Amino acid sequence: MHKPEPDKFKIPVGPQHPALKEPEGFSVALKGEKIMGLEIRLGYNHRGIEKACEERTYIQDLYLIERVCGICSHSHSTCFVQAVEEIAAVEVPKRALYIRTLIGELERVHSHLLWLGVAGHEIGFDTLLMYAWRDREIVMDLLALITGNRVNYGMNTIGGVRRDISKEQAEEVLKGINILEERTKYYIEIATQETTIIKRLSGVGIISHEDALKLDAVGPTARASGVNRDVRYNDPYAAYGEITFNVITDTHNDVYGRTLVRVKELMESYQIIRQCLKKIPDGPILTKVPRKIPIGEATSRYEAPRGEDVHYVKSNGSEKPERVKIRAPTLANIQAVKHMLKDRFLADMPIVIAAIDPCFSCTDRSVSLENPGDRNKEIMTWHALRTYSIEWYKKQGIDFTELNNNLKNKLERR
Amino acid sequence: MSQEEKIKQELINRFSYLENIIKIQRPRRMSAEIDYNNFTEILDYAVKQLKFIHLCTITGLDEQDKLGFIYHLAQDSGVLFNLKTSVFKQNPEIKSVMPYFAGAEIYERELVDLLGVKVEGLPVGNRYPLTDDWPTDQFPLRKDWKPSSDK
Repeated sequence: MHKPEPDKFKIPVGPQHPALKEPEGFSVALKGEKIMGLEIRLGYNHRGIEKACEERTYIQDLYLIERVCGICSHSHSTCFVQAVEEIAAVEVPKRALYIRTLIGELERVHSHLLWLGVAGHEIGFDTLLMYAWRDREIVMDLLALITGNRVNYGMNTIGGVRRDISKEQAEEVLKGINILEERTKYYIEIATQETTIIKRLSGVGIISHEDALKLDAVGPTARASGVNRDVRYNDPYAAYGEITFNVITDTHNDVYGRTLVRVKELMESYQIIRQCLKKIPDGPILTKVPRKIPIGEATSRYEAPRGEDVHYVKSNGSEKPERVKIRAPTLANIQAVKHMLKDRFLADMPIVIAAIDPCFSCTDRSVSLENPGDRNKEIMTWHALRTYSIEWYKKQGIDFTELNNNLKNKLERR
Repeated sequence: MSQEEKIKQELINRFSYLENIIKIQRPRRMSAEIDYNNFTEILDYAVKQLKFIHLCTITGLDEQDKLGFIYHLAQDSGVLFNLKTSVFKQNPEIKSVMPYFAGAEIYERELVDLLGVKVEGLPVGNRYPLTDDWPTDQFPLRKDWKPSSDK
């Protein structure tokens, strides 16, 4: 365990903690209310997806990779199929590329609205949470209308997409977007005029432009520190090369800046969606690709709602990949959190962590490995897990045996 | 001359041995497979002179008797340069690239945990992504490692 240091008090936040939405461990060194240092322990969501990919076919991997993350599932599956298609030298029909772009932007809208709600909640502004999440239902319904699913849309396949979009669906999307645009204008008004938000978020979680560059931060986290980087613009994929939009940046360098970047990006997303629906060409949505992918390798980049997502795929000529590497945006951003919290107050921690819009299941690339011999057999029984935890705590010097016995005796005496 | 051609030419001008090694796969994608002894000088030049200032990630590979590492370097122009190198699997050791990319720490920890390479210059810290009680001689991303069926 940690060695005690004079003047500093270390407290653990996580792996399970009410302020965190997913398991991750922070060891915070405090002096009074001030954070003097921060140690981060990730990996609690690691279940070996990259290894699992090597043992499955490309099509099976597609479904596995879609489940790397529940929020940006389309980001991961698009990033993966792009790499595989590049190796197989497949020309994907234009209509499919536009549909991918459309779903990608709808996903960004739902993700940013989700974030807005979470951010509101973290600063005790629960009205904002209720409003943002109510509006988010509009885009969730649109995604369900087009894909049949609220999350894990299952739209992508190698060589194109699996479902077409009808005229009626396109009209529904436009209607929904119009409502959301009005709502987003209201949120921009709130973000720029509401004193509570401005005062609570300004100057919190600062990361300078230089540090953001040095630490390789990505997405809205980097753009709020004036880093003009967006894969959609710098390294266009799908239909982005034919669409005009602005890369939103901000120079506040703090949580307030990250809020502005995200709400303004929503407005850009609506424009991209409108352009997609206007420009989408007629034609097929899928090119058939053989199950065996020729030998090769490709690196694919995708601007997920949280930032740059990177997939590397290496093939060996068979129907299973040789190697699949996934780098989710949160892994790139988590390094910046240490800098953001240094010398800040402990009370800022929840909102600062929330402001990178962390997704640790992405980061750790999760999927449970089933026992191949017996699918019904649990890897660890509940009893075994409990015994393990009791032993683990004993090793840390925490022993509840006596307490439990006293309790048992008391109950028996009754 | 395209921007990729220009970068290729600049690299060849500085390091003549790269002549037939640099490949341009498609617009904005370049790669080179190099000897580990030349790695630092090429990385230094790519970062400082050619402005490949963003490290997307590091991919680790198991290649039978060797361990391969791909440093995915990006320019703000959108060009991605995959700098690949490898070391022998017996006592594998590479140098940390943290002096160039402070954010590389977590990517290198991942290489340590999953592929079992020693990274010189990596500061003391928590391991990632495996648990603290994971055996120190088990590296899941090595090809000979299989998940055991009964635990």
